Amino acid sequence: MMLQPRFTDDLATLPTTAFSHRSLTWWGVLAFFLIEGSAFALAFASYFFLMNHEQGWPPPPWSPPDLLAGTLFTIVMLLSEIPNSMLKHAAEHGQLKKVRAGLLIIVAIGVLLMVLRIFEFASLNVLWTDNAYGSIMWALLVLHLAHFLTDWVDSCVLAALMHTEHGIEKRRFVDVSENAMYWRFVWLTWLPIYVMVYWLPRWIP
Amino acid sequence: MRRLLPGLAAVALVACEGRQSVTGGDGLHSGQFNSLFLIFLLVTAFFYLLVIAFLVAAVVRRRGRAEDRPEKSGGEGGFRLILIGWVALVALGLTGLTAASYFSDAAAGGARPANAIRIAVTANQWWWDVRYLDPVPANTIRTANELHLPVGVPVHIQLKSNDVIHSFWVPNLAGKQDLIPGRITDITLIPRKEGLYRGQCAEFCGLQHAHMALDVTVEPMETFEAWRRSQLRPAPPPATPLAVTGYNYIMTQECSACHNISGTPASGQVAPDLTHIASRRSIGAGTFPMSRGHLYAWIADPQSAKPGNHMPYVGLEPHELHGVVAYLETLK
Amino acid sequence: MTVLSGKELPRDGVKLSGEALHYRLDKTWSRQPGLWGWLSTVDHKEIGRRYIITAMIFLALGGLLALAMRMQLARPESGLIDPDRYNQIFTMHGTTMMFLFAVPVMEAVAVYLIPLMLGTRNIAFPRLNAFSYWIYLAGGILLWVAFVLDIGPDAGWFAYVPLSGPEYSPGKRTDVWAQMVTFTEIAALAVAVELVATIFKQRAPGMTLARMPLYVWAILITAFMVIFSMPAVTLASSFLLADRLVGTQFFNPFERGDALLWQHLFWFFGHPEVYIIFLPATGFVSQLTETFCRRPVFAYSAVVIALVSNGILAFGLWVHHMFATGLPRLGYSFYTAASMAVSIPTAIQIFCWITTMWLGRPRFDTPFLYVIGFVVTFVIGGLTGVMIASVPLDLQLHDTYFIVAHFHYVLIGGAVFPLLGALTYWFPKITGRMMSEVIGKVNFWMIFLGFQIAFFPMHISGIMGMPRRVYTYPAGLGWETTNLISTVGAFVVALAVLLFVLNAVTSLFRGRIAGPNPWDAAGLEWATSSPPPAYNFAHIPLVSSRTPLWDERGHLPVVTGLRVDDRELLLTSVLDARPDVREPSPLPTIWPLLAALATTAMFVSSMFTPWAVVIGSLPVAAALIFWFWPKEPGLPPEPVIE
Ligand code: HEA
Ligand code: HEA
Ligand code: HEC
Ligand code: CUA
Ligand SMILES: [Cu+2]
Repeated sequence: MMLQPRFTDDLATLPTTAFSHRSLTWWGVLAFFLIEGSAFALAFASYFFLMNHEQGWPPPPWSPPDLLAGTLFTIVMLLSEIPNSMLKHAAEHGQLKKVRAGLLIIVAIGVLLMVLRIFEFASLNVLWTDNAYGSIMWALLVLHLAHFLTDWVDSCVLAALMHTEHGIEKRRFVDVSENAMYWRFVWLTWLPIYVMVYWLPRWIP
Repeated sequence: MRRLLPGLAAVALVACEGRQSVTGGDGLHSGQFNSLFLIFLLVTAFFYLLVIAFLVAAVVRRRGRAEDRPEKSGGEGGFRLILIGWVALVALGLTGLTAASYFSDAAAGGARPANAIRIAVTANQWWWDVRYLDPVPANTIRTANELHLPVGVPVHIQLKSNDVIHSFWVPNLAGKQDLIPGRITDITLIPRKEGLYRGQCAEFCGLQHAHMALDVTVEPMETFEAWRRSQLRPAPPPATPLAVTGYNYIMTQECSACHNISGTPASGQVAPDLTHIASRRSIGAGTFPMSRGHLYAWIADPQSAKPGNHMPYVGLEPHELHGVVAYLETLK
Repeated sequence: MTVLSGKELPRDGVKLSGEALHYRLDKTWSRQPGLWGWLSTVDHKEIGRRYIITAMIFLALGGLLALAMRMQLARPESGLIDPDRYNQIFTMHGTTMMFLFAVPVMEAVAVYLIPLMLGTRNIAFPRLNAFSYWIYLAGGILLWVAFVLDIGPDAGWFAYVPLSGPEYSPGKRTDVWAQMVTFTEIAALAVAVELVATIFKQRAPGMTLARMPLYVWAILITAFMVIFSMPAVTLASSFLLADRLVGTQFFNPFERGDALLWQHLFWFFGHPEVYIIFLPATGFVSQLTETFCRRPVFAYSAVVIALVSNGILAFGLWVHHMFATGLPRLGYSFYTAASMAVSIPTAIQIFCWITTMWLGRPRFDTPFLYVIGFVVTFVIGGLTGVMIASVPLDLQLHDTYFIVAHFHYVLIGGAVFPLLGALTYWFPKITGRMMSEVIGKVNFWMIFLGFQIAFFPMHISGIMGMPRRVYTYPAGLGWETTNLISTVGAFVVALAVLLFVLNAVTSLFRGRIAGPNPWDAAGLEWATSSPPPAYNFAHIPLVSSRTPLWDERGHLPVVTGLRVDDRELLLTSVLDARPDVREPSPLPTIWPLLAALATTAMFVSSMFTPWAVVIGSLPVAAALIFWFWPKEPGLPPEPVIE
């Protein structure tokens, strides 16, 4: 026998979207951060594990990577947080024009970063096949590239979407805001990698 | 308990027999294993009994019927205290066990005695390469798939692997230690009782992991010294015409490319040393016991009993086979 | 900007209830009939059911391999199976059981049950859920097709390098294994994300964290463990594939790599993995104990704390699988202590269950028999776990049949028994019919006794020095008897599993009609009909205690106001479950399946050329874009900017 309902509240007036932790997607994105964060953390642990039983880092006779491309990449990445914050703010305030522009800027910065990343690979001074040192250096860059590309493609799709009739739905603004959050994750994870790839090989004798 | 009692009995039972038993207790450290295992067995049995007694009491106390209404929580005050007590008891038990384990381990992990016999064991897919090291290089002996150890003398064994990970394990004498390519590990044994023991590779290492045994002989010092001297001798020249055929075959055909026989031109290094093959207890890392028949079987087709091992099928003519076996049998 | 009023849209409530409501909701929530609808469904119940059945098929397949092994090991020097096949068989057995049966089945049951227990209409991210199932299925098929083609993996379920590396495992066997890992990890991670979001945001109003059923807690902790541990094996298998396919040197000791790096990464996943299997099972036990002892589980908060600390401690023990590798002794003591410590939470849970039995009135229906069988069996496995957590003991027992005995006691006693109990218990909810009690009881005793016959002797084989993963053993070492007994027991277990399947299948057609709440249980899943309608609940229930159906006899308080012309869910606040947002829930779509197919094509072809990753990612990206691109044209009939 089914239980009879006893009616209490009516929720018809609840909103249908909300930002931040009130949104379901926010929790999904957070969970993905945790997943990817653990993957990064374990990749870092592997780096130190391999470093630990070497006499020198990079193991002789290899020389540390050249600084230019990686440093430029870092600077651009950090600066990109300015338009990114503006974009996030605009999304949370429903400013469609600014959101459209902001997304295009992020996409353009992404292209620049990709070019820099290619130069980064070239400036590592080691191939992934040379030894485990080379393998882990390449792995860190590739792992980061994968996240970076994911977010870049996502930004492209959103940029296109916001220019269509779907752009006015509030849910899409939530998506943009969450995408901006992801971008922060991408540059935050880059900072330790920058140190590990470019500086630790210089600091450690 | 139903199941632990036979367990206890079985432990007691297997403790007395077996050449490859962890309860053999024939080495210093494996002796400690027995007392530690007993402590663990008693403590865990105690806790098991407690849990089962409580369980049985709980389920027979009041049987439920289909029409029973669910009850509210409550009436459980006393059990909160008991829960705290239980946690304390468990924590105590675990602390005790951890301490017992730690001290037993600390006792076992003692320093490496200076008078220890030094041996280097290198694992290969699927056989053991054994070298008795000596300050005088000429006194180094090389054998395979066997260890001879004098009773009561510590032995320090350096462990390496040429290919994949293996694990050195002679349960009657001590616990296991992995051999890992790119690393050097070691283990110290102090055999306490004379006897014939069996060790076996304990880390899965591929196709013939099952056939990677090690014969261990623990013997009085004099016997050991005699064995050592005999191992230092090069192979005698073949004496009978049949053995000469075999000798010629081995020296001129494939065999010598892989196997070493000291005192002869055969100096291959990638396979077991055959200089004293006939004095060993088994063939093919424990695949066959040593006997004429098994030598025949092995050389005629090493792939049938130990498929996939790295000694190829050679295809000798019958007279060559007779000769090779006859010659190998002289390599005491 | 136009603002439409949402007031006029059709909603459930006093005015729309009963049959009329059912008609409207059913139209909105049910899927298209036929093959297309079947392939594109996003209903968590349908996907959960599929997931469960698939996982059970893998149990049967893995079990048949176990029988093959037992036949081979029944006698010494048996020539039944050659070593090459045997190594594939035990690797396939372990891999199938761990990656394709145990973890997926636990997640599968959660996919089915959690939304019902929380009183919501669908799982969060239902399309991801569909994707997860297809990816899992693809991984399972990949592995088994490879096995049939004689390219089944053969390096053990933890595939230690260098044995699994490019030099000692030429050919595709290990690539298949590593890619199968990638598939199943993606699937598991996706489900974990859904479950976390569902549990945090979709609980019925009033179901505060402290009112969640204990099973939900267990699943929440498990989902977090999946999130933190599975990346380790994904990373490790990627490194392995890179070593094998593009010539990296991560694990090559001769090029500065390290074979032990693999073991650390693998066990950092592998140890939590065993609790990922075990914790959901403890959730089953809590629910079953509650229902069959007719009272809430004793010391709810202690059980929750136990689950949480189990989840945390599980990440500090992985080295206890590596005691024989020769790391520094002092470090080992830490892992011994940690392994001992993890027993405390389990001890707490066991105590709480038994106390509940003591305080309550246990009713010996089949599911509860499994609970008792669980305690009796699992505790033995837990205690042997404590033995091998001790370094000196483990150095002897490691890689012997003693370990095989330990982990089958905890896996089968600790997870499969509760699972069978749970399936018997929720079978009426899923199918609307009861399973046969008589067969169920016979079944329980068969599997319980058969299990002990099969696995208790393995302790003794191990103590007598029998290593694991040997395809044969010589006569004369005293291992013949125990092995023969194990084999006999294994066949009894197999018959019992077969009987379970038969019972389930016949009950599907002839079982007694169950009604919504046949066991008079307390959880929300029993508040809806059996099987539940596509929309789960006509009105969203309102919860004011841990045992809602026991405390609200006769009437179920509900909240109303969700749209009935569109799929809508209720989001509530994370801690205290206050109603917060009406969230649209996605419609069925074929894109998850297509995305899964594209992903499969990419992964499988990447075993042959690394360029497949580059080229193959294009169709994957395309499928994902189609998947996420909104389909409804124009303005939705809701206020767009509030
Ligand atoms: C469901 C899965 C599951 C569970 C729950 C456990 C639980 C435990 N396991 Fe097990 N384990 C496995 C699955 C599992 N294990 C698998 C699959 C392997 C092998 C992998 C492979 O090599 O293939 C393995 C291997 C394994 C090893 C490595 C062995 C080796 O390879 O040499 C160790 C070593 O420490 C270990 C320890 C433990 C401990 C301490 C627990 C504890 O959590 C147990 C806690 C429970 C109790 C202790 C019982 C209840 C408590 C009481 C009644 C209180 C009183 C008790 C005392 C005071 C002692 N396990
Ligand atoms: C949850 C996990 C799980 C489960 C349920 C099992 C179940 C069983 N296992 Fe498993 N086992 C493992 C996980 C599991 N195992 C793991 C991880 C390893 C390590 C692998 C490695 O070393 O790499 C292992 C290793 C392992 C070994 C050691 C192999 C070796 O080291 O050489 C053995 C040996 O006896 C064994 C036996 C069994 C048996 C007899 C069962 C039985 O309980 C099985 C019973 C079930 C059946 C027999 C199925 C019956 C089905 C039918 C009859 C058909 C039904 C028909 C229809 C559906 C139409 N297992
Ligand atoms: C390609 C190298 C190779 C060739 C050629 C070869 N062997 Fe072997 N042999 C091996 C290897 C490797 C083993 C160890 C196999 C194992 O146990 O896994 C072995 C084992 C043996 C053993 C047993 C040794 C022991 O201690 O158990 C004997 C005896 C033997 N070989 C004799 C011969 C004879 C005689 C020939 C020539 C007809 C020969 N071998 C040719 C590689 C070779
Ligand atoms: Cu060598 Cu196993
Ligand atoms: Cu573990």
